[in-house]
Amino acid sequence: MSTYLNAPDNDWYKERLAGAVFVIMAAFSLLLIRLFYLQIIEGEEYRRLSESNCIRIQSIDPPRGLIFDSRGELIVDNRPSFDVSIIPRDAKPVEETLNRLAGYMGMSQEEMLERLEKQKKSVPYKPVLLKQDVGRDILAAIEVHKFDLPGVVINVKPFRHYINKGSAAHVLGYLGEINLNELKSGKYPGTEGGDFIGKYGIEREFEDMLHGTRGGRQVEVDATGRVIRVLKTVDVKPGTNIYLTLDEELQKVAEKQLVDKVGAVVAMDPTNGNILAMASSPTFDQNDFVTGLSYKKWDELINNPDRPMENKAVQAVYPPASTYKIVTAIAGLEEGVIDETLTFTCNGYHRYGNRVYRCWKNGGHGTVDIYKAISESCDVYFYQVGQKLGVDKIAFYATASGLGSRTGISLDNESSGLVPTSSWKKKKMNKPWHGGETLSVAIGQGYNLATPLQMVTFMAAVANGGTRYKPQLLKQIESADGQIIEKNHAEIVGRLPVSKQYLDMVKKGLWETVQDNHGTAHGIRLKQIDISGKTGTAQVISKRQSDSDIEDGPEHHKPHAWFVAYAPSEAPRIAVSVMVEHGEHGSSTAAPIARDLIKQYLERNPD
Amino acid sequence: MFDRRLAENFDWGLMGITLLLGSIGLIILYSAVTAGGVSAQQSLYYRQMVWFGAGFFLMTVIFMINYKDLERWAPGIFICCIALLVCVLVFGKVVGGSRRWLVLGPVTIQPSELVKIGTIIMMARFFSRNASRRGFTIRDLIRPAALVLVPFVLIVKQPDLGTALLVVLIAASMTLFVGIERKSLVYIVFAGMGTGLVGWFFLKGYQKQRILTFLNPDRDPLGAGYHIIQSKIAIGSGMLVGKGYLKGTQNTLSFLPEQHTDFILSVLSEEWGFLGSIVVLLLYMFLFIWGLNIAHKSRDSFGTILSVGITAMIFWEAFINIGMVMGLMPVVGVPLPLISYGGSSVVTTLIGIGLLMGVSMRRYIKE
Repeated sequence: MSTYLNAPDNDWYKERLAGAVFVIMAAFSLLLIRLFYLQIIEGEEYRRLSESNCIRIQSIDPPRGLIFDSRGELIVDNRPSFDVSIIPRDAKPVEETLNRLAGYMGMSQEEMLERLEKQKKSVPYKPVLLKQDVGRDILAAIEVHKFDLPGVVINVKPFRHYINKGSAAHVLGYLGEINLNELKSGKYPGTEGGDFIGKYGIEREFEDMLHGTRGGRQVEVDATGRVIRVLKTVDVKPGTNIYLTLDEELQKVAEKQLVDKVGAVVAMDPTNGNILAMASSPTFDQNDFVTGLSYKKWDELINNPDRPMENKAVQAVYPPASTYKIVTAIAGLEEGVIDETLTFTCNGYHRYGNRVYRCWKNGGHGTVDIYKAISESCDVYFYQVGQKLGVDKIAFYATASGLGSRTGISLDNESSGLVPTSSWKKKKMNKPWHGGETLSVAIGQGYNLATPLQMVTFMAAVANGGTRYKPQLLKQIESADGQIIEKNHAEIVGRLPVSKQYLDMVKKGLWETVQDNHGTAHGIRLKQIDISGKTGTAQVISKRQSDSDIEDGPEHHKPHAWFVAYAPSEAPRIAVSVMVEHGEHGSSTAAPIARDLIKQYLERNPD
Repeated sequence: MFDRRLAENFDWGLMGITLLLGSIGLIILYSAVTAGGVSAQQSLYYRQMVWFGAGFFLMTVIFMINYKDLERWAPGIFICCIALLVCVLVFGKVVGGSRRWLVLGPVTIQPSELVKIGTIIMMARFFSRNASRRGFTIRDLIRPAALVLVPFVLIVKQPDLGTALLVVLIAASMTLFVGIERKSLVYIVFAGMGTGLVGWFFLKGYQKQRILTFLNPDRDPLGAGYHIIQSKIAIGSGMLVGKGYLKGTQNTLSFLPEQHTDFILSVLSEEWGFLGSIVVLLLYMFLFIWGLNIAHKSRDSFGTILSVGITAMIFWEAFINIGMVMGLMPVVGVPLPLISYGGSSVVTTLIGIGLLMGVSMRRYIKE
């Protein structure tokens, strides 16, 4: 038959079709056998189960991992929250029960009915939450009248509890209810709607370790709800405990110093990069997030001009101001533009092109060498170093020192700061670089931006002789029963681009800043401890702008105060960076904070 | 023009089975959507009727078209389907975390369903032109494999792994039907197993957990495993004659998940018992054997392979769904053809049956 166009032949297809029929028969036989097994052989048993509707799920939320500071002080734990729920199926008559309950709970019957209405679609044996975290008085009243309140159940649920209210809030972060996208993303296995997960800070960064695994049982219950048989069990696995590198005592000192100020303090162990304290002010109380933040409170937090939700230590960027002179000095020495013997004369200003660049000291510093330039923070000296280097050489040393890029700390939204170059400006603003801008860059004004964390990381590298460590917050992870799962290791990310000889010169300048009577920070000198440091005063707006813009009030025009330091100068065990917004002078506002931190830490940790 | 013999050869048997299954579907759906007295869902029942109306209309349009023309248009149809899938990824509506729906005025469609038909037609064209007694070698199969890969990747991206795998399953069934050379078949089986094993090592821990739970719901007794046990209780408690229409307690007390879509057979088995369930299972079996019979009677190999493809599509959906509600298969969102609620599923199945009918009606017509 020619009508079988491309067909091989009829028999061939017949054979294959017979095979297909066989597959279908086999598949359906399997289904029929299964059906017979379920409905006829096991039918009685399933009928019994369906009549009592007695298979229930009892789930147990995993206790979230605890957080300790580096010395083992508990800083975040879980406290019990007593939640009142009602099982509509067991609470007959519902209206009457709710009416009675309303009396004890101080919650209107309508409000409760509303909650029930919302859950109407879900299964009737599932408890509907009426009120969470009720007080002991309500709890007692419900317990006493238990028999008049059928179907009312009290569940204990662990609530996150931040022990030192508001302390290290930006580092620890907070929890929030999981949203639909997070639920569907598959990144949070074992979670379900209504669960709380870390949304910010350490809580978010280490969510998978802290969370644990939900457990529960599939049980058969009798008519009164008692468990007769456990069908299946999934063990609950508590989250692992985390030890941070933070020293809570030091953290408290830092926070106390920042009260009523806006700014940030970071302290680091220069021998390994461990963060000892990280404070950002103003702060917020994470416990508010646990019970659900009211719209009003959230609004206040978000619209506060002092940005309490921002971790200023890692998210905020500031012109590094005179602290940047350390970079300029390193660049100048390495490039051979300056040396130990070279001096410049400072008359209080420097002329470049047709503009005059002023030194912060009106009368000038006189004859200035590298040590005096650093310790007395002479602008004129660094203008000339910058002029000889050019912006791109400075940028090379800044970048190699870790500025302008994220440190990689395990916290959200870290800013990278900015190290300007001529090509950057060309790309960003499509304008050529001006020589005068190099002078501003050399003293850390202009386009430069850095975070307090970047500055402390840099300072720690200067302190330890040039090794750049990655800042770390996690000290170790322990299982709930105390087994060490993971321990952190110091992570070297690079070296400062400077030889030992030149770095020692810079360090001598930093030592004189505090120890020399003319040093900009000599006011914080301590008898027992040698501190080395560098002040900085970051102009917020240029002089001209401030004159025309008086309405804003003078407070917002005051410059930001910086101080970066390490101690003891010989063998540093702590590096600190302090930033106080509109603090005016690094020497008077920021430096004393650093001193108090250093003093407290070294006195408590004598070598 | 219109051939009188077409009407004479109308396939009343296929029409009868389809109408029977569709009617049973509507009757059970009524029970499923009125369960527990939730009135909001009752509108679903009327919407399903509208979908059936639309489906029968499209079915008629399809069997009026000579399927030989479809063979000619196959690449165009396939490209249109792919274009729709791309549109879904770009403009699609997100429901429950995945982007599967395309909103066209008052209706929303799920192009991944239509793609099944497009792929079947395209595959049938390729196989009918290249089939030989020797069977296909790996080299011959590169082109059809590439053809299937396109919709597969696009559907996985939505993400809808269930439907994507179904497309592959249908294509594989058609390929096995036309025959693979023995040596090549062995290679393909080994290569498949090898890829699976290697791929396993690249998966993250939680992804492995998900797959294991998918394959064995018992690993998740508090989630999918719970649904399956409730479904098994529903089916088993129906016993020989069932609890009676609208009287299934598992159904009315909302113990069943997705009782109007994926778990609708549990409602049927609970209320109509072993006897009722057997009737439905046998109806499906008749439908598939009828489909293969059409393949057998077809005058040309395109018609044969097309019929096999359509039959495979409906067969796999039914088998996977029924296996799932009985606890034999992983929990995948595959609807029961003609019975589960869902416009795209109903319309696609009826279009498929329209194709079968077209082949059947033209079995005596010479070119």
